[in-house]
Amino acid sequence: MNAPHHPFSRRDFLRVTTLAGGGFALSLALPPEAWAEVGQALDDTAKFFTPGPFIKITPEGIITILAKNPETGQGIKTSLPMIIAEELDVDFSTVVIEQAALRKDVGPQFAGGSRSTPDNYLRMRQAGATARAMLIEAAAQIWQVRPTELSTDQGKVIHAASGRSLTYGQLATKAATLPLPAENTIKLKRDDSFRLLGSRVGGVDNPLIVTGRAEFGIDQKLPGLVYAALEKCPVFGGKVVSANLERIKALPGVLDAFVIEGTDNINGLLPGVAIIARSTWAAFSAKRQLQIVWDESAAPGHSTEAYAGQAAILAAAGGTNIRREGDVVAAMATASKVVTGTYFYPFLNHATLEPQGCTAWARDGGIEFWTTSQTPGSGQELVASTLKISKEKLKLNLVRAGGGFGRRLANDYLVEAAAIALRTHGAPVKLTWTREDDMRHCFYRPAGFHFLKGAIDAQGRLSAWHNHFVTFGYKNTERPASSASLSPDELPARFIPNFELEQSIIPTIVPTGPMRAPGSNGLAFVMQSFIDELAHAAGRDPVEFRLELLGNDRVVPPAAGQRGNPYDVGRMKAVIALAAEKSGWGQALPRGQGRGVAFHFSHAGYVALVAEVMVTTDGTLTVRQVTAAVDVGPIINLSGAENQVQGSIIDGISMAWLQEITHDRGRTVQSNFNDYPLLRSTETPAMSVNFIQSKNPPTGLGEPVYPAVPPAICNAIFAATGHRIRQLPINKTDLRWS
Amino acid sequence: MPTYNLKVNGAVHKIEAVADTPLLWVLRDQLELTGTKFGCGIGQCGACTIHINGVPARSCQTPISTVGAMLITTIEGLSPDGSHPLQKAWCTHDVPQCGYCQAGQIMSAAAFLQSNPTPSDQEIDSAMAGNLCRCGTYLRIRTAVKDAAKSMQNGGRP
Ligand code: FES
Ligand code: FES
Repeated sequence: MNAPHHPFSRRDFLRVTTLAGGGFALSLALPPEAWAEVGQALDDTAKFFTPGPFIKITPEGIITILAKNPETGQGIKTSLPMIIAEELDVDFSTVVIEQAALRKDVGPQFAGGSRSTPDNYLRMRQAGATARAMLIEAAAQIWQVRPTELSTDQGKVIHAASGRSLTYGQLATKAATLPLPAENTIKLKRDDSFRLLGSRVGGVDNPLIVTGRAEFGIDQKLPGLVYAALEKCPVFGGKVVSANLERIKALPGVLDAFVIEGTDNINGLLPGVAIIARSTWAAFSAKRQLQIVWDESAAPGHSTEAYAGQAAILAAAGGTNIRREGDVVAAMATASKVVTGTYFYPFLNHATLEPQGCTAWARDGGIEFWTTSQTPGSGQELVASTLKISKEKLKLNLVRAGGGFGRRLANDYLVEAAAIALRTHGAPVKLTWTREDDMRHCFYRPAGFHFLKGAIDAQGRLSAWHNHFVTFGYKNTERPASSASLSPDELPARFIPNFELEQSIIPTIVPTGPMRAPGSNGLAFVMQSFIDELAHAAGRDPVEFRLELLGNDRVVPPAAGQRGNPYDVGRMKAVIALAAEKSGWGQALPRGQGRGVAFHFSHAGYVALVAEVMVTTDGTLTVRQVTAAVDVGPIINLSGAENQVQGSIIDGISMAWLQEITHDRGRTVQSNFNDYPLLRSTETPAMSVNFIQSKNPPTGLGEPVYPAVPPAICNAIFAATGHRIRQLPINKTDLRWS
Repeated sequence: MPTYNLKVNGAVHKIEAVADTPLLWVLRDQLELTGTKFGCGIGQCGACTIHINGVPARSCQTPISTVGAMLITTIEGLSPDGSHPLQKAWCTHDVPQCGYCQAGQIMSAAAFLQSNPTPSDQEIDSAMAGNLCRCGTYLRIRTAVKDAAKSMQNGGRP
């Protein structure tokens, strides 16, 4: 991302405005430095750099805190306002939390890369602390005392010496007249005096959710609302030749049907046939009766089988070198053991429980949206450029999403709703995808093949590693597709003296994109499984072997030229040790039961997992227990954090055990939850979640746990049965043993 | 188009709809009761769970023509003010992540506790196995159901 680097003055990001009717609002926007690293989730909202209101206190004492980022189930609508409330010193349960629309004055608004917490933590604290300081100053002036004699307590300023107190509401109008205090006078709380941060706080929308009143994307209600469905070509890149539009338009409840020509941007508006109707069901029914002639010539011969064949050929031929250190060939030649393994993980769909969709209302030359996008700023740009409407005329309301997982980093549904809204003669329209649409039109987690060779030296140490990574490029063989690349720094690179990494690329027409812990979510399975193979080959304990591989506590920098995070070995070893301890690692288990360990570093989080499984002789797998040890620095909301870890574990088991997207003749084979399953309640293991709250800056938790789950499970299956899982999902492998 | 007199959450609504219209879309689009969710449309996920005469049903699989005079309860009608022990337990244990599945989860759990007021963990998991949660809140669901069962035993009003 190109962060704008104009000179930054504090006045630009903190500003006081007097509210009509008294009270004041404190505004904050992020300086450019804070936007620098947003991982896979780049969003153009970074261009906005004007201040906007975060805290609003009325004379009546109503305290409103703005939740700036999209809520997709990661809990950010609760946790970011908590940070402000902590420094402001108010009772969080009395605060009104308001979801921000897309606006220009609150800094970047996106949900991705587990960046919301690290990017906003300090600024949210400063916003809260500055407001608190101004309320103290207001009281000091009213009482004619020094501010240092005053303290605050949950929404009140107190003068202990005289026993007087005033509520923030009583002080609001006075505070609104004060100048912004100098930055060096603002004192942040000491971490050990936090009352709210680190505690368990329920999601702010819970009371609405449990009564069915929370409004998700699909729930928007507007006067005169009409309903839309959209049929796109099941073959990627297909175009509409003709469709039985007249017959569709004559169906009951159907208002219009038309062809959307679409553009060549796979992340944008794709060709299809849209139906506008008086109800969702009328639109869905009509969609089923569509007869469309498609031009499918863009996708000859693309299938899962063909890709596997191409991978084998590429592997035999050798690839482009990505990293080379030491002398792998020599180390292999002198090794006491050499192990080879071919690993594969499939394409995946995010399968958010709320299918994609969007409500849009075209009026007065502009369009208003109610969207679940994780990158609303990019969505606004996409609509503007595709439909040639000025950005200023596109208003985006951010609506609670029924899951994100990276699917809503794309804005295809948004531009589709916009295109349809231009055809409703001023009526608002709600576009709803069917589950089948959602399964077949995704930016899939890319599949990957790894052809591995590792060596153990005479001392039983991992001495050499060779990986030929066969990945996918979107319609090319030069550049990996979105989320299909492997960093030359990915572990065990930097930790093995003799290391070689090659890459080959299969051209694909399947759209790919980031999914929860992109890249990591497939790579951790491969690296942590193969390390496990090597540990067993060396006759070593898998935990010990890993700790030895990591070596002395130190911070390992990214290789020259690489953008990756430094790797804090001490933090990683600490979570491995904690997971081992909490899981009873080393205690004997009966045959058919086993423990597996895996660790992974991604999104600035350090994670180790131990899984315990049972496999009966007839091959039935039960995941009994997963123990997690996690260091993402201080925890903001303990309840939400635990939820994210448990959710990532369940998600990781679903992916490892059950899920794969396959392709045939250029289209996705799976259609719904019957052939793309999610884990169910009866398959849920016991989970133990353990945090090491190290004194590092807090980082996000939506992603880093997920990648370590599959290898922990697979390594446990090996321990239980001797079956080494080299291909996901696990249910492809016969686990019977005797 | 046929008309139906639908009894939902204690009120009667006159509805015009094509006979094969799933109850889900009548509730959502015509009665604006959007607490009941669409997840799959094929009876796989449970997000659309409601009660018909007190029995849990998948509203996406229930054509309006089959409902007749039966009593329909949706999440909006489970309690007048969110005070059902399950709703309270869901908040106490902070069950929701994205929250999209939770109305269906609560409706399944509410019907289940009517038939089994003192369930074991296994019985809860089996009863809830038809309700998918993409976010993975199953452990907290189990805890909250147990908690609600206990409070109903102690006289909490269902
Ligand atoms: S929407 Fe009815 S079961 Fe999924
Ligand atoms: S809370 Fe998101 S699907 Fe259950």
